[in-house]
Amino acid sequence: MIGDLLEILLTAGFWAATIRIVSPLILGTLGELICERAGVLNLGIEGIMTMGAMAGWMWVYQGGDLWGGIVFAAFIGALFGMFHAGFTVYLGLSQHVTGIGITLFASSLSYYVFRMLLPTATTPPKITPFQPFAVPVLSDIPVIGEALFTQTPLTYLALLSVPAVWYVLERTPLGLAVRMAGENPVAVESQGIDVLVVRTGAVMVGSAFMAIGGAFITMSAFDAFYFGMINGRGWICVALVIFASWRPGKALLGALLFAGLDALQVRAQQLAGAQIPYQFFLMAPYLLSIAAMVVMARRARYPKALLVPFRRGDRV
Amino acid sequence: MRIEARQQVEVWRIVLAPILAVLAALVLGAGLILWAGEAVFASYWALLKGALGSSFAINETLTRTTPLIFTGLAAAVAFRAKFYNIGAEGQLYCGALAATFFGTGLVGLPPFLMIPFLMLVGAIAGGAILIVPVLLKTHMKVDEVVTTLLLNFVILLLVGYLLEGPWKDPMSLGWPQAAPIVDEGIWPPLLAKGRLHLGFVFALIAAALAWALMRFTVWGYEIRAVGLNASAAGFAGIGVNATVIRTALISGGLAGLAGVSEVAGLKGYLTLDLSPGFGYAGIAVAMLAQLHPLGVILSAFFISAVYVGADAMSRTTDIPTYIADVLVGLSVLTILVSVMLTRYRIRWS
Amino acid sequence: MTVKTGDVTPLLSFRGVTKRFGPLTANDAISLDLKAGEVLALLGENGAGKTTLMNILFGHYMADEGAILIDGNPLPRGSTDAAIHAGIGMVHQHFTLAENLTVLENITLGTEPLFSWRRNIRAAREKISSMAVEFGLDADPDKLVGELSVGERQRVEILKALYRDARILILDEPTAVLTPQESDSLFQTLKKLTARGLAVIFISHKLNEILSHTDRVVVLRRGKVAGTVKTSDADRAGLARMMVGEEVKRPTAEAMEPGAPVVRLAAVSCKAGSEAQSLKSVSLEIRAHEIVGLAGVAGNGQRTLASLLSGLAVADSGDVEILGAPGTDDPTALVARGVARIPEDRHATGVVGEMPLWENIISEERRSAEIARAGIVIDKGRALERTRNLIKEFDIRCEGPEAETRLLSGGNMQKLILARVLSRGPRFILANQPVRGLDEGAIAYVQRRLLEARKEGAGILLISEDLDELFALSDRIAVMYHGHLSPARPASELTVGEVGLMMSGQGAEAA
Repeated sequence: MIGDLLEILLTAGFWAATIRIVSPLILGTLGELICERAGVLNLGIEGIMTMGAMAGWMWVYQGGDLWGGIVFAAFIGALFGMFHAGFTVYLGLSQHVTGIGITLFASSLSYYVFRMLLPTATTPPKITPFQPFAVPVLSDIPVIGEALFTQTPLTYLALLSVPAVWYVLERTPLGLAVRMAGENPVAVESQGIDVLVVRTGAVMVGSAFMAIGGAFITMSAFDAFYFGMINGRGWICVALVIFASWRPGKALLGALLFAGLDALQVRAQQLAGAQIPYQFFLMAPYLLSIAAMVVMARRARYPKALLVPFRRGDRV
Repeated sequence: MRIEARQQVEVWRIVLAPILAVLAALVLGAGLILWAGEAVFASYWALLKGALGSSFAINETLTRTTPLIFTGLAAAVAFRAKFYNIGAEGQLYCGALAATFFGTGLVGLPPFLMIPFLMLVGAIAGGAILIVPVLLKTHMKVDEVVTTLLLNFVILLLVGYLLEGPWKDPMSLGWPQAAPIVDEGIWPPLLAKGRLHLGFVFALIAAALAWALMRFTVWGYEIRAVGLNASAAGFAGIGVNATVIRTALISGGLAGLAGVSEVAGLKGYLTLDLSPGFGYAGIAVAMLAQLHPLGVILSAFFISAVYVGADAMSRTTDIPTYIADVLVGLSVLTILVSVMLTRYRIRWS
Repeated sequence: MTVKTGDVTPLLSFRGVTKRFGPLTANDAISLDLKAGEVLALLGENGAGKTTLMNILFGHYMADEGAILIDGNPLPRGSTDAAIHAGIGMVHQHFTLAENLTVLENITLGTEPLFSWRRNIRAAREKISSMAVEFGLDADPDKLVGELSVGERQRVEILKALYRDARILILDEPTAVLTPQESDSLFQTLKKLTARGLAVIFISHKLNEILSHTDRVVVLRRGKVAGTVKTSDADRAGLARMMVGEEVKRPTAEAMEPGAPVVRLAAVSCKAGSEAQSLKSVSLEIRAHEIVGLAGVAGNGQRTLASLLSGLAVADSGDVEILGAPGTDDPTALVARGVARIPEDRHATGVVGEMPLWENIISEERRSAEIARAGIVIDKGRALERTRNLIKEFDIRCEGPEAETRLLSGGNMQKLILARVLSRGPRFILANQPVRGLDEGAIAYVQRRLLEARKEGAGILLISEDLDELFALSDRIAVMYHGHLSPARPASELTVGEVGLMMSGQGAEAA
């Protein structure tokens, strides 16, 4: 049994699957991370990912091209991010409850729209999704080449966005403003920058990332939209942000670890299918997420102003 | 834009808030109805008639109100302590699991003992599953929203496993469902016709008890104080962690009762589709009620009417039934704003 | 330095600025001028509207009426960005720094266009170093702000303003958190800055500082300008009269023979969030009929000591004895023993603002036999009756026992807390910053109540950052520095200078 598992670890197929699974997670996790670094918890993530999955897919199904679908999904995601920011940043409402509300609203709206446009579809209709693109030269490297460099363009985008987000947060004035907004919003205002705009922008960009993460599932991993297909991935991303201590690099590591275990789980299922019911394998990702939060909770360095609304002209 | 706290919060504002929120949700929902090519008023009229237009419809709406009161109370009590229990869906299934475990032949008791016994084990199971998230929150500061949400998926998979495996009823012709609850444990119907059962009365009693708890008792005082200002509560000597844990157990217990109610009162046996999201809708119920236990009765009735009415409406129009979920989601957002406007005023300048 | 008079356009002028918060008029038609190179004192008691006026100037608030002119040009309202570009810099009383970011990041935020490819860190570091040398404001640009002391953080705040070429520097109660010696060095810096033409607005309610370090004084009272005088023409008594109106006499302590000990700490150590706040072998005795004053710069362990004596924590080692029994982390048990606790922050820990007065009155006794029937149901009738009596006895101005507590003014909120804890005849009182932020009338009231309790036999630990208050009320004074506590010595044998040195960690051996 152990030997079989080790054998799996050495196959390129396993690593390729890991990278595939990690792509939507890393996009969602980065999106949540951007929001939280600016001080806003975005529990709308599950709904926004559903919305992105539906919107991107529908764009293509209606005749648009794939990249247009991604842009459209990002736009819709940013739109819902704007709703979330309007409620939590401008009105200072509970970030927890607003996020849950956004999730309930966005997911049910996705289903409503899907049913409106495809009222009679019984077997889910399909699109031609993103195709794997073998990077010249690099894809010829054994194992690594197949795992890393024969993925779809969307996966490359997901992986590249990790250093990009890190760079913007750590090395640019904009990133400094975002981080400061999550640490002490009054400090941002007293340097002449509008906190509400910074936070809103961060939530919109973060939500766009989430929506692209959702779109990955319908446009790259699969080719159809099902009900309930996000299936808790958004919540897993929220857990991964905590696991990553709000660092993009660690978020990638955490997501990889997580995706690796998930890919292993799928293969172990086939090995042990007779002895262990499949439901227990499917539970693994959710239990792992809880475990991940527990492991890091003590060391977690929360952005100090996370969940703290900022109201202009408040009497201090 | 400037947000100012009001000096006084008048009662009429508090009463008006949910009404405005519902109206706002209906107006926003009207856009979707127009998109479906239907007339707004006629559609909403069909919804209303589907929910309340006949004694059968009212019976059905009250039947659906029952679990929503329980899950609404679960959220209302927990949210008072700022413990965001979003796991009522999973706790509901835990209650149903416990009722199934004990109520399908394991224990034999006369009805007047069996019914309370199943409620008790259901409530305990619902509360027990919250122990891990609440201890993680109080002792390790792990956000309870994410843990309770993730547990919903785990519990549903567990139910799936049990129903396809060890608990599968051999008489069910291949459907994944558990053996039926023994007759002694079944909650009797309230009326000769229709599905409404004793659980509705239990739900009303639960709401009254929750109201009394919050309003008159030391525990209620402590729950409110912890929710409003945990550090002042702790300074005054209120055990903040103990209060949060206690609140979580009460909340989980209430959600567990919703599961018992559906299994022992409505269906008679456990299935995988026992709850079409009662746990999540409970959040909307609690928010519309502004976390007031007696208000939960009204708002549960309203949400139930939306679901039952939307089913009927979609049969006669081209509007997908998902309109009900959209309206519920929207009302969580609109009630947030309208409640805020009871306490604050927005100045544009 | 010479203050030019005549009809030169002033650097800054307020014209009839009015600001209301609900029914309260915080600033009422205020007009005043500021000239280059001038140090203008804004004097007034707490709640007079000084900070509100400066928050309007800096763009945090928007005035309801009136205008602000810089060099004769109107300043856009409600924009900190516009204020900064007009050359205004503000050092807030509660520093606006992010502790998890570096000094450099805190200073450079907002100085570069947001949408540029990279931050120019090297240039910023050089500029900060050269400014540090020039003005004597040394700060390590790469340190996290969270690692800095209070005085260092204030220097970073001043650097922040200078980095952006401030011509007008607002200092809001800058000396409240400093030792007397640190204050002196701040005034040295200000002298260097004004010599270069910088104008300073200096907010304070301390008359001594104002008389010796400013050029002109504007006195605010209840939101209005009560008077403007050249400092050279001003005197203590006159300023005090202008500030408070009819003079409020603060009470003074009468001599009294101390009784038996009520609190005894022997070699108590206790870990806390940071090294400086952890108690290191602290020993202290407080006796009946005695007020022991605890001096120290914020963040030196006072909070840890207070939580030990409030029943929120227990010590790691050493003996804590409170009213004859060991320390505990159950506040209810401590209260039952006869301990009264006045918390440092009224709003955050003193009361639950959204609850009515009566619920806050019973908060510590909610489970007592008197309030809770059978320990379960709260006897609201009895609680209301008690609250009504206490409202009368402590003269709490409110709409009645069912009014929301958040609506009370600071002074009345503090009276509510006093009513809660003093009505039970406590034998030990922990008074943590009991008059912070109150107006003169309320200060005198709180102090009188504390002195009455002392007379009736209570032992009191008074924690304060205000040395004048400590010297006025305390029988003995002890100083905290980095978690060490100096032996408590009779106040009559100490001077403000000595205590100040001990607060900065010097002269402790001499004590």
